Amino acid sequence: MASSPPAIPDQNDPAVRAAQEDRLRAVWAAPRGLFFKWTDTNNNAVGIWYTVTAFGMMLFAGVLALIMRAQLAIPNNDLVSASTYNQLFTLHGSMMMFLFAVPIFEAVSVLLLPQLLGARDLPFPRLSAFGYWSFLIGGVFVAGSIFFGAAPDGGWFMYPPLSTEPALAGIGADIWMLGLTFIEVSSIAAAVELIVGVLKCRPPGMRLNLMPLYAWYILVVAVMILFAFPPLIAGDLLFELERLLDWPFFDASRGGDPILWQHLFWIFGHPEVYIIFLPSIAIIAMVVPTFARRHLLGYPWIVLAAVGTGFLSFGLWVHHMFAVGLPRISIGFFSAASEAVAIPTGVQIFVFIATIWAGSMIWSTPMLYAAGALVVFVIGGLTGVMVANAPFDWQAHDTYFVVAHLHYVLIGGMLFPLFAGLYYYWPLVTGKKLSDRLGHIAFWPMFVGVHLAFFPMHISGLMGMPRRVYTYPAGLGISTLNLLSTIGAFLFAAGVAAIVIDLLLSPRRPRVPRNVWNAGTLEWLAVPKTQDEDWGVRSIPLIESRYPLWDQPDFVRKVDEGRFYLPDAEEGKRELMITTVLDAKPLQIARIGGPSVVPMLAAVTLGGVFILTTFHLYWPALASGVAALGVILWWLATGTGIHPEKAEKPAGLGLTLPLYSSGPNSSGWWAMFITMIGDATAFFSLIFSYFYYWTIHPQFPPNPGPGLAGPGPFWSMVALALILAGWALTIAAREANARGRVALARLALLIGAAATSAGTVASLLGPWSSGLDPKLHVYPAIVWLLAMWVAAHAAIGVIMQIFTLGCSLAGRMTPAYDGDVRNIAVYHHFLALTAVVTFVVIGFFPGLT
Amino acid sequence: MSTIERRNVEGGQLRGARPRGVVLLGLLASSCAGEQSTFSPFGIEAETTLLLTWAMSIGFALVAIGVVWLAVHAYRAPPEQLDLKSGMRLVLWLGGVGPTLLLGAMLILSLPSMRAMPLQAEDLRVEVSGEQFWWRVRYLPAGGVAVETANEIRVPVGRIVAFHLSSPDVIHSFWIPGLAGKLDMIPGRTNELIVRATRPGNFRGACTEFCGLSHANMAFDVVAMEPAEFDRWLAVLAQPAAAAQGSGAALFQSYGCNGCHMIRGQTQASSSIGPDLTHFGARRSLAAGTLPMNPEAIAGFIRDPSAAKPGVRMPAFPDMSGEDAAAIAAYLQGLR
Repeated sequence: MASSPPAIPDQNDPAVRAAQEDRLRAVWAAPRGLFFKWTDTNNNAVGIWYTVTAFGMMLFAGVLALIMRAQLAIPNNDLVSASTYNQLFTLHGSMMMFLFAVPIFEAVSVLLLPQLLGARDLPFPRLSAFGYWSFLIGGVFVAGSIFFGAAPDGGWFMYPPLSTEPALAGIGADIWMLGLTFIEVSSIAAAVELIVGVLKCRPPGMRLNLMPLYAWYILVVAVMILFAFPPLIAGDLLFELERLLDWPFFDASRGGDPILWQHLFWIFGHPEVYIIFLPSIAIIAMVVPTFARRHLLGYPWIVLAAVGTGFLSFGLWVHHMFAVGLPRISIGFFSAASEAVAIPTGVQIFVFIATIWAGSMIWSTPMLYAAGALVVFVIGGLTGVMVANAPFDWQAHDTYFVVAHLHYVLIGGMLFPLFAGLYYYWPLVTGKKLSDRLGHIAFWPMFVGVHLAFFPMHISGLMGMPRRVYTYPAGLGISTLNLLSTIGAFLFAAGVAAIVIDLLLSPRRPRVPRNVWNAGTLEWLAVPKTQDEDWGVRSIPLIESRYPLWDQPDFVRKVDEGRFYLPDAEEGKRELMITTVLDAKPLQIARIGGPSVVPMLAAVTLGGVFILTTFHLYWPALASGVAALGVILWWLATGTGIHPEKAEKPAGLGLTLPLYSSGPNSSGWWAMFITMIGDATAFFSLIFSYFYYWTIHPQFPPNPGPGLAGPGPFWSMVALALILAGWALTIAAREANARGRVALARLALLIGAAATSAGTVASLLGPWSSGLDPKLHVYPAIVWLLAMWVAAHAAIGVIMQIFTLGCSLAGRMTPAYDGDVRNIAVYHHFLALTAVVTFVVIGFFPGLT
Repeated sequence: MSTIERRNVEGGQLRGARPRGVVLLGLLASSCAGEQSTFSPFGIEAETTLLLTWAMSIGFALVAIGVVWLAVHAYRAPPEQLDLKSGMRLVLWLGGVGPTLLLGAMLILSLPSMRAMPLQAEDLRVEVSGEQFWWRVRYLPAGGVAVETANEIRVPVGRIVAFHLSSPDVIHSFWIPGLAGKLDMIPGRTNELIVRATRPGNFRGACTEFCGLSHANMAFDVVAMEPAEFDRWLAVLAQPAAAAQGSGAALFQSYGCNGCHMIRGQTQASSSIGPDLTHFGARRSLAAGTLPMNPEAIAGFIRDPSAAKPGVRMPAFPDMSGEDAAAIAAYLQGLR
C-alpha cells in the first residue's frame, strides 16, 4: 500500500506552532503528586535534585571540617575525642571526594549536557534517575553513620591492615567500602550515560571539533571514570573479601601485601583529582568567552590539553607512594611524569589568559570567582610541582604541607570555578539572577579565608606537623599557625554561608530575560521554566559554529519557530535525535523513557544488597539482590526495545529517519560496549593483582601443599570450552535471526544458555576439586576470586541468553528488531575474553614457574 | 673534625634562618620549637632538601606572581589588543615550552638527591619497628652485641647510620624532619633509610602514617651525639639495669608488669611485648614523646595509660594505690 507523503507542517502558521507546542508540553509534562513527582526522570528535574543533594553533602562535610579546625585551634585541646576526630577527617575527605566533588560534576552535567547539545534529554533518562537515587541512598547511609559513632575512621584512603583488621576497624570500614562501592557503581552508570550522550546525541552538524568545550571535558572525564573507578571497585572487592571472609589479600603473614591496596587505590585516586578538576575548568571555558566577547582562543590547544591531562593522570599514581620505599628508578620516573602534568595545565591557564587579552572583557560576578580560582589554583598547582619532586616529598608527604597543597588545588581548581558556574548558570536554570552584591560579599571572606586557613599549613607542615593528628603538643612552634588556620576556616565558612543566603533569597528576585549574559553557546537557548515546559529546545538545530547564538543568523528565532528538526511530538512520544559519533550526521529518532518508579525501585533494592551486607545480614541481602534482578529485568522488558508503530518518520527539513536501530547505530549498543570496557578494567585489575603477587614472591604459586595446589588445566579448559561454546552460539543466534531463521536462532540461544550454564559450574569445579583453601594463603584466594568472577559473569550471561530467548518467543525480538541479541553478543564477547585470560592464567601459569 | 665543625656552623645558620615571620607571629612558640622541623636540619639529606625547598619556594613564588600579573595585564589591556597569532604564540611559549624547560631543569637538578648514600659493612645498623603506638629500637653495631631500647634514637654525628624499618601490626612512617625524609614501616617488608647527622643536639621525630587512635601520640626523641660520646652511651645501654632501690622492683613484678616489659638484669622470664625499660630513667620523655619524664606523669600513666594515649595496648591499673604507683614510678625513673 503506497502511502501519500505526510504533509509538511507550515511553521509560518502560529496556530500550527501553538498546536505543536501543546503536544510537546503534554508529552514532556512532569508527573504530579506528593509521591509521583519523584518518579520524574527528566534531566531538568533529576539534575536539580542531584545538584542540591551534592551541594548539601558539601555543606555537611564542611561542617565536619569546622569541628576539626575548632579541635586544632589550640594545642592539647579536648573538644572531641581521638575516635571522633578520626571519624571526622575520614568522613570529611570521603564525602568531599565521593559525595560532593564527583557527584556534583555528574549532577551539573545531567542538568546542562542536553542543553549544551540542543537535545531534549539524555539518552537514558531512567539511568540518570537510577544514578541519583543510588547516590542519595548510599550518601545518606555513609554520611549518617557519624550520628551513630559508627563512621569509618581509617582515613579516606582506608589503608590495610589498619582498616581490614577486625580488632582495629569496626563496622565503619564496611560502611565505607560497601556504601561507597554502591556510589561508584552509580558513578560508572552516569559515565556511560554521559559518554553516549556526548557521542550520539549531538545536534546535526555539530562535528567533534564544533562541540562546546564543556562537552569535550565531560567526554574526557567520563572516560577517565570508566578506567579509574573499576580498579578501586576491584580493590573494594579484595578488601571486603578479607574483612568478611578472611581471605588474606593484604595480610603479609599469609602471602598478601598491604601495598597492593595502595596501588589499586591510587590508580583510582590520582585520576580522581583530575576527574574533579577538569569539569570545573570546563565551566571556566564556558564562562570566559562569554565575558571576553569572543571565541575561546586556542580551541585545539585546550582540547589537546584536556585529553593529555586525562592520559597523563593515569601515570602518576605512585607519587602518592614515594615514602613506601619503592625502587628509586620508579620514583624518578613517576616524579618526572608528575611534573609533566603541569604542562597541559599550564596550556589551559594560558588559553584563558590569551582569550581575555584578545577579547573585550566585561566584569561580572562569575569572572570574579574565575579570577579567584586562578590565583588560588596557581599556588596549589605550583606546590603540586614541589611535592612531585621526590626528595622534597619525602619531607612534605603526610604533613600539613600536603593538606595545604590539596586544598589550594581543590578550592582553586574545583570549588571557585563551581561557584563561578553557580553565578553564571543560575539564571539559565531558575530564570533569576543571583545578587552581584551578595556574590562579592561572599567572595572576599572566602578568598581571604582560603589563604588564612591554608597558607600557614605549608609552614606548619614543614615545621613537623603530621596529617591526621587529633592534637599536637604545645612545644613545636605550630600553635599560632594552627590558630590562624582555624580563624581562616571559619572566615571561609562565613563566605559559603553568604552564598547559601543568596540562593535562599533567589525566589524573591525578579525574572531576567533569556540569555542574560548574551552568551554564544547553545545552552542559552533555554527558556527558564515559567511553566512545566521540560522539552528543552523547541526544535533541534543544525549547527555550523562553536558559538551558534553569535554566529548563525536568526538562529534563536528559527529554533523557536520550530524551523529545525523534530519540532513536534505527533505520536505523543519523547523523542531524541541520534547522530553519528564523528560528524553528527542524523541516524535515527530514538524514543526514550518517561517518568517511572522503576529507577527508584532498582536503586532501593540494589542499595539493600550493599547495606544489608554491611550488617552481615546475608539472607536478606540475597533476597534484596533477587528483587533487584527482578526489577532490572522488568525495566528492560517494559522500558527498552519497544517496537515503534511505524518504521520511519519525517524529522523536519525534508529529512526522514528510522525510528528503530540496533547494533553500533543505536545508543543501547554503545551503552553496553562502554559498560563492558569498565567491567573489563575491573577484571584486569584483578589479573594485575595476580601478577603483582607473583612479582613480590620469589615463589608464586607457593609449594603445593594441602589447600594450596593449583586448579590445574583440566577443569579450566572444560570451563573455557563451554563458555566459548556459549559465546559462539550467541553469535550464531544473532546471525540466524538477522537472516530470518528465527527457530534456528532460538535453538542456538537455548543450547548456548545450557553451555554457558555448564561453564559457570565448571569454572568453580577447578578450584573446588583441587581443594584450594582461600583462607590459607593469598594464592588460593586470588584463584578462587578469578574463578568466581568468571562464574558470576557467565551466570549473568545465561540470564541474558534466556531473556533474549524470551524476547524472541514473545515477539519482541524479530529479524527487524534485533537490538537484544546484538547487545548481549557484546556482553558475550567480553565474557569470552575474560574466560580466556582467566583460565589460561589459573590453569597453566602454576606449571610455568 | 673540621668537616663536622663546618657543618655545625652551617646548621646554626640554617636554624637561625627559620622563617622570622613565623617566629614573630609565634608568640606561643616555646624554646624547643624547631626540634621537629625541616627548617632546623641536622642531617645531610635534610640540609640539601631545605636548600631545594627555598629554591623552589622562591622560584615558584616568582612564577605565581608572574602569572597573576599577566592575567591582570590581559584584563586591563584595551579590547582585542592581542591578535590570534600572538595569542597562539603566548599559549605555546608560556603555557607549553616554558613549563617544559623549567620542569626539566628542576628534575635534572633534583635527581642526584634521589640516590641513597653508600653503606659500608662497618656502619651502624639500627632496627626500628613501629608498633601501635611506640617504637622498638635495636642497635646492631658492627661486631658488637645487639641492644634493645624504645622510643628514643641516638645517632653519632658524622657517621653513616642505616635504619632498618618495619612493623608487626599496621603501617607507620618514620620521620625525623631535621635528619632526613620519611620512610614507611610496612608489615612484611623492611625498608632501609641511610642518614648522616651533621651536628649534635636534641631533636624529635614522629609517626606520619595514620596508624590508629593514638597516631598523634606516637613521637620519639632523637639525640645526635659526638661519636666518642655516642660510643660510651651505647656501651652503657648494653649493660643490665642498675641495682634496684625501694619497693618498686617487687611491685613491678607483683603487678605483672614484667609480663610485657623487659628490664635486663632484673626481671626473669619476662617477654618483650611492650617497650624495653632497662634504662628507662635515662630517656628524655615518656610514652613515645607524649608525656614529660617525671614521677607524677609515670605514676599517672601506669594507672590510666589511655588518658594520655587513647587506644594504647597497655592495660589500665585503676585499683593500684597511689603509693604503689609512686613506688613503681620511682623505681623506673631510677633505671639509668
